[in-house]
Amino acid sequence: MTAGMASKARLFAMAMVAGLLTGCAASPSFLQAAGPVAAEQRHLFWLVIAALMVVVLPVFIGLPLVLWRYRRGNDKARYDPKWDWNPRLEFVIWGVPVLIVVLLGIQLWHSTQTLDPYKRLDGNGTITVQAVGLDWKWLFIYPDQHIATVNRLVIPAGRPVHIDLTSDTVMQSLFIPRLGGQIYAMAGMRTQLNLKADRPGSYFGENTQYNGEGFHKQNFRTLAVTDAAFDGWVKRVKASGSPLNEARYRTLAKKSVPDAPMEFSAVPEGLFARIIAKYMQPERRGKEGGQ
Amino acid sequence: MTVQSAWFWAIGRIDLHSFAFVRAWEDPSLDKMIAAGAASLVVLGAIAVFAIITKLRKWRYLWQDWFTSVDHKKIGIMYVILSGIMLTRAVIEAVLMRMQQAVAVNQPGIVAPEHFGELFSTHGSIMIFFMAMPFLTGIINYVMPLQIVARDVAFPTLNSISLGLTVSGAVLLMISLVVGKFSTGGWSGYPPYTEMAFNSGVGPDYWIWAVTLSSIGSTMTGLNFAVTIYKSRAPGMHLFRMPLFCWTALCTSILMIFAMPPLTVATLMLALDRYLDFHLFTTDLGGNMMNYANLFWLFGHPEVYILILPAFGVYSEVISTFSAKRLYAYRTLVYATMVIAVLSFTVWLHHFFTMGQNANINGFFGIATMCVGIPTGVKVYDWILTMYRGRVRFTVPMLYAIAFLVTFVIGGMTGIILATPPLDYVVHNTLFLVAHFHNMLIPGLLYGMLAGYQFWFPKAFGFRLDETWGRISFACWVVGFYLAFMPLYVLGAMGMPRRMAGVFQGEYLPWLIIACIGAFILLAALGALFVQLVISIRRREKTRVPAGDPWDGRSLEWAISSPPPEYNFAVIPCVEDRDPFALRKEQGRAYQPPHAYEDIEMPKNSVLGPVLCIVGAAAGFALVWHIWWLAILSFLGILAAVIVSSFSRDTHRVIPASEVARTHEHWLRTVAEARAIPRELETRSANEGLAESAV
Amino acid sequence: MSADELKHAGLNLQEADPLTHEKAGEAIFGFWVFLMSDAVVFALLFATYGVMLRGTAGGPVPHEVYEIKSAFIETLILLSSSFTFGLASLAMKYEHKRHQLELWLGVTLLLGFAFIGWEIHDFVSMAAKGEVPSRSGYLSGFYALVPMHMLHVTIGCVWGMVMLVQIRKFGLDPMVKINVMRLSLFWHFLDIIWIGIFSVVYLQGLA
Repeated sequence: MTAGMASKARLFAMAMVAGLLTGCAASPSFLQAAGPVAAEQRHLFWLVIAALMVVVLPVFIGLPLVLWRYRRGNDKARYDPKWDWNPRLEFVIWGVPVLIVVLLGIQLWHSTQTLDPYKRLDGNGTITVQAVGLDWKWLFIYPDQHIATVNRLVIPAGRPVHIDLTSDTVMQSLFIPRLGGQIYAMAGMRTQLNLKADRPGSYFGENTQYNGEGFHKQNFRTLAVTDAAFDGWVKRVKASGSPLNEARYRTLAKKSVPDAPMEFSAVPEGLFARIIAKYMQPERRGKEGGQ
Repeated sequence: MTVQSAWFWAIGRIDLHSFAFVRAWEDPSLDKMIAAGAASLVVLGAIAVFAIITKLRKWRYLWQDWFTSVDHKKIGIMYVILSGIMLTRAVIEAVLMRMQQAVAVNQPGIVAPEHFGELFSTHGSIMIFFMAMPFLTGIINYVMPLQIVARDVAFPTLNSISLGLTVSGAVLLMISLVVGKFSTGGWSGYPPYTEMAFNSGVGPDYWIWAVTLSSIGSTMTGLNFAVTIYKSRAPGMHLFRMPLFCWTALCTSILMIFAMPPLTVATLMLALDRYLDFHLFTTDLGGNMMNYANLFWLFGHPEVYILILPAFGVYSEVISTFSAKRLYAYRTLVYATMVIAVLSFTVWLHHFFTMGQNANINGFFGIATMCVGIPTGVKVYDWILTMYRGRVRFTVPMLYAIAFLVTFVIGGMTGIILATPPLDYVVHNTLFLVAHFHNMLIPGLLYGMLAGYQFWFPKAFGFRLDETWGRISFACWVVGFYLAFMPLYVLGAMGMPRRMAGVFQGEYLPWLIIACIGAFILLAALGALFVQLVISIRRREKTRVPAGDPWDGRSLEWAISSPPPEYNFAVIPCVEDRDPFALRKEQGRAYQPPHAYEDIEMPKNSVLGPVLCIVGAAAGFALVWHIWWLAILSFLGILAAVIVSSFSRDTHRVIPASEVARTHEHWLRTVAEARAIPRELETRSANEGLAESAV
Repeated sequence: MSADELKHAGLNLQEADPLTHEKAGEAIFGFWVFLMSDAVVFALLFATYGVMLRGTAGGPVPHEVYEIKSAFIETLILLSSSFTFGLASLAMKYEHKRHQLELWLGVTLLLGFAFIGWEIHDFVSMAAKGEVPSRSGYLSGFYALVPMHMLHVTIGCVWGMVMLVQIRKFGLDPMVKINVMRLSLFWHFLDIIWIGIFSVVYLQGLA
């Protein structure tokens, strides 16, 4: 009965690992890393699991053995109802987890520093994108190219991407699993995320922080393209003749799920900073407050 | 005064569209019909209960023997009943959500997105505040005073008030199904999403007041338990002779005392924002939503250990009893419990590694979180070593303990993954996280409480639960859990966020279907649990254990009759060992008549608990709907009730020694006539609650 | 256990009334635990105030809002009330003369009401200048903390009035004595909180 159960648990664990290996092939998983950040995260993931096996496996193996050997009815096994302490054993069962946690802790400290989402990535020609979380879409502003997109992030493959984030509504979280981790976007604040795509491709991106009815539809494609294609795309967008002005932005900021990605040929200077500053200024109420 | 303003004065924001039935009448879509169906279940259920009680003429009995009772045992049972009702609702909601995700792949599915938001918010809020908390509070209430040989908790009336406040919160949640809508902001209610600017409806208000009522109740419960354990132990019951369950109850209580106030502060400040136009967590005018996240998780993380520690206590008792052996490394387990309790206050930030703080802060909290794994891992080994050189019996509570050990270890492993900030960045807010915390709380809370329920049921009611249905239910809980949640790990690693009302990735579908099947098996597990209860009640004559010790127990709650008398122990014994009852049985002096009996003073019933329950629910409802006259009236009512009751001096009654002697000697005769049975027969009708001495 | 033993922190009745002393252990310990929990509430409100301090949103800043004179007088009133409550407690423990206890408790309550009145006056004049919680996060933090303390003092005053009535009705029975002891702990606790408010909110704001 119990041995069966333990083996069932193992079966599920194996199924889970198998699922991770196969099922993710076509999915937006960090295990299908397409950039250096996600690749390191994937490496770390398996490393942590492997280290933990030292603690976990003794339980999976030892528990069924103990249960079987010391089941009631097996009179061959030693019965010692008063046995309740063994200092050496106690040293081991404290010592091993402590050791594992010390090692993992060192690893954790190190990896938290190296994989800090705020840390700029190595490489030339960093491209800056300003992402604004709206209900229920992402606006991407390219401050250097003076263009903007909605629900489509086009980046040059092989070049570091620096993303500044904010929100013009409730809290959101920008996540492109195959490129790396997520960071919250919050109104009145600027957060940062640094990613890079190794090779051209189309990568799924999304918001993971619930923000209402349209939440599940708030996703976008990240298109990593060659440098040449990127420049060509910028030129094409600029020529498309549909600028993002303040009025257009106000419409855009209203609750909606766009049918298709949008592209804007021009962006007002400092829009991103104004979206942040809007929440810092007392324009809405309380005019009598003195300085 | 216009008609409209008079109307508003009388019933606040309520209008016809507040009612789920009206909404379904106007728009008979599947989504609205499901909502109306749930509402009618609440209404019909309430009517049926009222009708049955009235028909059986049980109102007086219920009022006198239950609602106004301050007996910790009855209060404990009422907590568990509340928890069972709320568990049923929340499991059904879970099934609906899993169905929605399984069918809503590139399709609308069965419920609208907003309804889906309500489902995950109520599911979470109920499971934490109105299933888990009442369940563990109920079991601690019942068992802890018996184990430390107290006559009742330190403040019996306060205990009844805590129950009343918890019930009033649950009532608000039930009413929200019929009138209005619940919050869609999740169980954590993060602003600014729950602020007036983004959610001006009644949903967040329902959440605020339901949670606040339960939070205040839990604070008082923690206070009550801690004082009881510190002050009401029997002579000789040193702290280090307490059963481990009492230790975990103590640590949980201390956590409640310190960790519930942050929740109360967070919800009340959110209420200030919503009701009085404060700017504490708003996006504009200097509000700071990050402060809410800190306050909430300053409660939220210790809360996890509030939930898990009592289960650790149950497992310690169960494993030791059904291995017929002393608990291995008792002191280590005690220290590990305390270490966990202390560390629980140092890790809250791991709930928002992705908020953009610097790497050193994330690193510190990540390592602190990993450290919690040490004492927890040690405990797992100590439990296995308790079975080592024992004689293990695979009864239902023991099966839960074994399933816990295996499952919890998997959850611990994924916990370490989440504690590593760079890994958290890729699995945070995904179904991986959802799988992880269910992986901790289902074995670490639900299995534990169910084990405790199966273990102590015969003590509370004098007859055993049906073993076969117990095993069926157990099997379903375990199989259902693995099917429902292992796929969520995969989906999370595949990048699927939590709280999705619809899915647009075809490759998620197989996993979602498996998870949905798992959810149905969990529903079947709950069904089997109720079948077990009904069958057990029907067959109770064959499973009575009047002698009181059906499992060859080791601690003192087994040394008295089942069910115990109101005053628990006829004479307070002196405790001389950690397993006092086992020692006495060994020495053949378990059932000695005492030298003399004394009068026993017991607290009288109090109406304060049920009154505050009703007034508390009224206050909450009035605040939700802006019915100001009722809110003011309710607050005055609370004040008046407390003041009036403070004038009562007739609070105790004395049970004469002769009555105590009569009851106790009657029980001793029952014991003398009972047949002592070997452990092989403990699940048969031969088990009258008297254990054969020695093995 | 003997009557001369300390049963709990704070003023013990001891041999002055061994019977009540015996009962007080659990009751007073329980109240200490409650105060601990309440202290957490205030700690978080202080922390929140600290966090919100920068969120003035272009509105008034602390040194424009606070008046040191007012805060200082409030401090004096509240500190004196703690002293008079101390006298009330001692009267209860040693004198067994009811009117002395009633007198000092009455004086304490009067000081309590004076404190509340003064504070309300402060809030009203702040509101008249537009310094209301809806103006900014900083003012919200202020109004979450300081009126919360005032609410506690108000509850203390109502409780004190109830105790005065109960002293009349029941005399100094064990329940009354225990509740006076609890109220005194509550009162001194609020004094300590106020010292925190005075230094963290007012002095720091005006520095």
